[in-house]
Amino acid sequence: MAIQTARPTGVSRPGLELLRKALRHGLVLAGGGVVLFLGCLAAFGQALAPYDPLAMDFTARFAPPSLAHPFGTDDFGRDLLSRVMYGARVSVQVAFIAVGISASAGVTLGVTAGYLGGWVDELIMRVMDVIFAFPAVLLAITVMAILGRGVENAMIAIAIVYAPIFARVTRGAVISVRDREFVTAARALGQTHTRIMWAHVLPNALGPIIVQTSLSLAFAILAEAALSFFGLGTQPPDPSWGRMLAEGRGFLGQAPWMGIFPGLAIMVSVLGFNLLGDGLRDVLDPRWRGRR
Amino acid sequence: MSLAYLLRRLGTLLLVLFGVSLVTFAIIPLLPGSPARVTLGVQATPAAVATLERQMGLDRPLPVQYVSWIGGILTRGDFGTSLISRQPIRGEVTRRLPATITLALVALAIGLAIAIPAGYVSALKPGSARDLGVSVMSQLGVSVPDFWMGILLILLFSETLGWLPSSGYRPLSDGFVPWGRHVLLPAATVGIISGSIMARFVRSALLEVLGQDYVRTAHAKGLPRRIVLRKHVMRNAAISIVTIVGLQMATLLSAVVVVEIIFAWPGLGQLALTATLQRDYPALQAAVLLAAVTFTVVNLLTDLSYTFLDPRVSYT
Repeated sequence: MAIQTARPTGVSRPGLELLRKALRHGLVLAGGGVVLFLGCLAAFGQALAPYDPLAMDFTARFAPPSLAHPFGTDDFGRDLLSRVMYGARVSVQVAFIAVGISASAGVTLGVTAGYLGGWVDELIMRVMDVIFAFPAVLLAITVMAILGRGVENAMIAIAIVYAPIFARVTRGAVISVRDREFVTAARALGQTHTRIMWAHVLPNALGPIIVQTSLSLAFAILAEAALSFFGLGTQPPDPSWGRMLAEGRGFLGQAPWMGIFPGLAIMVSVLGFNLLGDGLRDVLDPRWRGRR
Repeated sequence: MSLAYLLRRLGTLLLVLFGVSLVTFAIIPLLPGSPARVTLGVQATPAAVATLERQMGLDRPLPVQYVSWIGGILTRGDFGTSLISRQPIRGEVTRRLPATITLALVALAIGLAIAIPAGYVSALKPGSARDLGVSVMSQLGVSVPDFWMGILLILLFSETLGWLPSSGYRPLSDGFVPWGRHVLLPAATVGIISGSIMARFVRSALLEVLGQDYVRTAHAKGLPRRIVLRKHVMRNAAISIVTIVGLQMATLLSAVVVVEIIFAWPGLGQLALTATLQRDYPALQAAVLLAAVTFTVVNLLTDLSYTFLDPRVSYT
């Protein structure tokens, strides 16, 4: 027999209330605006770019910023604005896929550790401690050494580096809800651990995970840029912001714009995700409210 | 601090270090292609590769290889031989580890020199223009890629003004000035970023102490503001600031790795990247292992330092 529960009218649901609160928050709006702009750039950048990002023009090598080339050109005469616009796609794609893998693995481990506790928790968290013991960039470089260069492997490397953060954040959030009445009630009804973990515990522990996702997207953009800067991530001639900075480094005296605009693009994108993450933390996590 | 707590922490440390050594050891078995092939080149015959693998002990079972590798490091400090230079890696890492630690320490000093005054002026007048300035600086600090900051500093101080060298390293034994001129830009790159991030945490720590009853009492009994701030506020905020420094070490050491590469600073980060690009796997193992051990030990020392700074904290 299905039991219908009447939803009181005139009372907003918690999700909608949070969404309204988020949309009124300055940091969420500012960060969200930047992220939305970045998303549009990633989706339509190639179509909107004034030039082909790979097209070389040896008559326009090292052209300084002008109306024809607002960000100037590089050592092959390629238009830097078009390359920066195209590079957004690489950054966004890598960041979302890497964080997707990282969050899936980290959240699964964190929910399992936090909910089951005991030796399972101890084992999972000690393994996470070991991964944490490596400086992030060094671990990413090592994973790239094992997997080989390339943008797909960069995604895997970034995912491995940031999975323990998701595991820790999720575990903490799960521990704070696992002993609440609704979980005890679900247990008393004879539901399986798997069902309780995914249907009852996780949805109530989502706040910190959403915040961490936004902050991790910022880290992932930085990490992809760093790996490409070292020549391990995106390979030439594909334009990636990190790769463009590495190319520009050799011509700083001659064409400083080559070292400025790609870096600015990275900074603004990372800033967008960070602001969004901080704003969401204010909205979703009451402990953080008013700390700034 | 109870002895039981100390022993428990040391036990966890040993467990984590054991895990770190296993992961680091696993680099070579997981790698595509054998180190013997890298040493001999692509033209080498399979028989020659097999002979060298036997000589290098790579044909032994993995547990035996692990015990021999970790035993060599623990008893003789023997990290193996570089596949590229054919020299023992021990000499290389003992030269590079102090360079990395020096860079990290100078960067930390610059970071604290930025964070403490910035956090202080910001906490004294929350909501003021100065406070807003520190918040903006902090947000930018988290968002600026360290390698880009390095490029901007090179552009300004080396390329445009010509004041400082854009790369390279001089040991302290060559004199303070040449050493300082070389360390300043890489350390400032890391220090400016981590200082901006730490400023926000210093501000929070100070604000928390400023709101305590004993601070109000100190003001009420007529103590000069300077004394209240120095004796009551700063001293009590010290523990939180040490925590911040400890937490920041992770970001700082990661940034040092990146900055070493940009400024051709001969430390462990540069060794790791060069080893990766040249497929010099034993050198990569040594750099990664040492960096992770340093990092883990620094974390433990930060934790233990709380009890020395604040006798009220006791672990049982």
